[in-house]
Amino acid sequence: MEKNNTLKLKFESARKYAPAPESRSAAKINAQYELFINGRFEKPLSGKYFDTINPATEEKLSQVAEANDADVDRAVKAARNAYENVWRDMPGAERGKYIFRIARMIQERARELAVIETLNGGKPIRESRDFDIPVVANHFFYYAGWADKLEYAFPNRRPQPLGVAAQIIPWNFPLMMAAWKIAPAIATGNTVVLKPAETTPLTALKLAEIIQESGLPPGVVNIITGAGATGSALVNHPDVNKIAFTGSTEVGKHIQRAIGGTAKRTTLELGGKAANIIFDDAPIDQAVEGVINGIFFNQGHVCCAGSRLYVQESVLGEVIRKLKDRLETLIVGDPMDKNTDIGAINSRQQLENINKYLDIGRAEGAEMYQPDIELPGKGFFCKPTIFTNVAQSNRISQEEIFGPVLTIQSFRTDDEVIEKANNSPYGLSAGVWTDKGSKIFNLTTKLRAGVVWANTYNQFDPTSPFGGYKESGYGREGGLHGLNAYVKF
Amino acid sequence: MSVKNKETIAAETEADMRQPEEASRRLEVLKTYKIFIGGKFPRTESGRYYVAQDEAGHKLANVCLSSRKDFREAVVAARTAFGDWGSRAAFNRGQILYRIAEMLEGRKLQFIDELVKQGAGQAAAGQEVEQSIDRLIYYAGWCDKFQQLFSSVNPVATSHFNFSVPEPTGVVSILAPQDSALLGLVSVIAPVIAGGNTCVVLGSYSKPLSAVTFAEVLSTSDVPGGVVNILTGKMEELAPYFADHMDVNALVYCGDDMEMKKLLQQKAALNLKRVVFYDHVDWMSANGQSPYLIADSQEIKTTWHPIENIGGAKAGY
Repeated sequence: MEKNNTLKLKFESARKYAPAPESRSAAKINAQYELFINGRFEKPLSGKYFDTINPATEEKLSQVAEANDADVDRAVKAARNAYENVWRDMPGAERGKYIFRIARMIQERARELAVIETLNGGKPIRESRDFDIPVVANHFFYYAGWADKLEYAFPNRRPQPLGVAAQIIPWNFPLMMAAWKIAPAIATGNTVVLKPAETTPLTALKLAEIIQESGLPPGVVNIITGAGATGSALVNHPDVNKIAFTGSTEVGKHIQRAIGGTAKRTTLELGGKAANIIFDDAPIDQAVEGVINGIFFNQGHVCCAGSRLYVQESVLGEVIRKLKDRLETLIVGDPMDKNTDIGAINSRQQLENINKYLDIGRAEGAEMYQPDIELPGKGFFCKPTIFTNVAQSNRISQEEIFGPVLTIQSFRTDDEVIEKANNSPYGLSAGVWTDKGSKIFNLTTKLRAGVVWANTYNQFDPTSPFGGYKESGYGREGGLHGLNAYVKF
Repeated sequence: MSVKNKETIAAETEADMRQPEEASRRLEVLKTYKIFIGGKFPRTESGRYYVAQDEAGHKLANVCLSSRKDFREAVVAARTAFGDWGSRAAFNRGQILYRIAEMLEGRKLQFIDELVKQGAGQAAAGQEVEQSIDRLIYYAGWCDKFQQLFSSVNPVATSHFNFSVPEPTGVVSILAPQDSALLGLVSVIAPVIAGGNTCVVLGSYSKPLSAVTFAEVLSTSDVPGGVVNILTGKMEELAPYFADHMDVNALVYCGDDMEMKKLLQQKAALNLKRVVFYDHVDWMSANGQSPYLIADSQEIKTTWHPIENIGGAKAGY
């Protein structure tokens, strides 16, 4: 019998956090949003609109325009015109100043953006306030400074912009993904048509307001809303030079097929199934905290989420016990409450998908554990979940679930865990927890993944390149290497 | 089966009229042109061959018409070799690339002879071989330098040590240039293996001799078996397999056939291979070599490591 030294806090009985809700009044949301084309908000030629909701309450927040083929064509024409007549030939220093200005205006309106991000996407206000929006502003600020220094990034070459970039982004970090796409593209002299995800269009449209206010020349950035059909029209538009996509591996493959035989360039940032590895010499409490952050950050809607935990056999019992204890203390509920750790699942469809995997996991014989907590009566919520007794071949340890679901497996040797960690079609990220420096670098060198966190997890920075190996896509976003995606020679 | 090159055909014609005492002249030993997989020279498992001809229609050799299974076996060899080659010291890879150049230099005349048989002029053949040797030297030098060029230490805002380095992408399938039988071949193989990848290469269909003889150079150059595998055969037949094999990480195509490019990109999407096209590259020119060609088969890996923050350390000492 293992000795239990953990002092377990009994939140359910001894103490409760009083609600600490962020105020909705910080955000102004219009009843209806149009398409942002050529510097103006234009009614869609389709004449159609679709509702966008708050996934925590299922209430309608607004309705947004649905761009059809003709709308996509208008946006691409506006981008082409701005590229050829204004942006391409503008001195880099001037381009940079526009982008710096946008970064500053985002900082000024940070609170409003954070509130809307949480209302529309379901992520805890603590995350949108302290992580998403600061990263957005910093990303613009970082790339603004590159605009007039591009020759230094590519020794012995003369970088040139590609032209019109079609950018399609997901719903898990709506505004942050917009920043990761737009900032390097326009810093390098390209113009942009951006399509935010169907379920989370509002912060991108707020960004459109900021861009309009910033005086950025019309057409340099166009933001159009819609679902899969709109994205498809954008990818297939003949006058687009570059596709930048973040989303599922399945759609990424469709895009690579669709652009076959064209001169369009692509970068794809796709799915992941990251291994997070704990060795027996790791500081266990710190590692457990890192695992919690690795899988439950943003409800697990993170392509680089540490969803496969590998624990060295001698500490397996201790780690599982501490994880279960920690699970009991997580606060799941109202995303607008500043105490909330896990907010709402982004959509009903995604919740159904996660629940499907919970069924699959149990049917495969894995043991499921969820804390004994109440979920709100309305909205889309999922308890943080861990699976033990998992086999490497189980679907829950092979396929990306994109929710708060962790699988736990054990290992004995370094070679064994490297083999298991790399046994995945994905290769976006990985984590390693150990006190031994030489072991860290052995592991970080051998793990086939684009981002490796040692004794930390889910860290991001504008200066740090992000992107995957294998079926997690190609190209990097962030840092010096992120410029590559938007230049030719 | 006898294989005839121009000289043997001429010799046979001559032989018809030869004097009795000349009948005892030594018979030339002809080379069997085989493929190169895992450091060995098998014939194609399919047993198929085609007759390579010079421009005048004379037979150069019977050449292996490689099959899908040959390709798959070559990928297994390349994947097996990757663990060792990719993790070798960059300096060691540089020495081995230099050794390839040494071996090529030593067999210069043989390569010139084959290029001439394949239709090149004597002077042009000499230039092509010399340029090929120099290209290997060029990339031998890059083996332990491109990493510094493409790496960065990233000044993140949090208390972390963060750096990005290039790593080889893995197994690369290469559809080598059809017209530049030796220089083109060397120019696409060298940057891929300099960067620590292993590869499976399809040589020129109409000028296959140089590719096979280059394999013999590789096999005597300390290049571990499986690092470079060379097949001969039809591009139209093999290209789809080069593009859709699930254990290949990147694909290089040297050509400008738009239909072929479309097919390759679509097939490569199956496991999201990195697809690189080198069309209209003049391999004789300075544009035919660059560290950026090495970068085409590299991945960038970023590592984060926390830096301890000690409270009192702000004083500045």
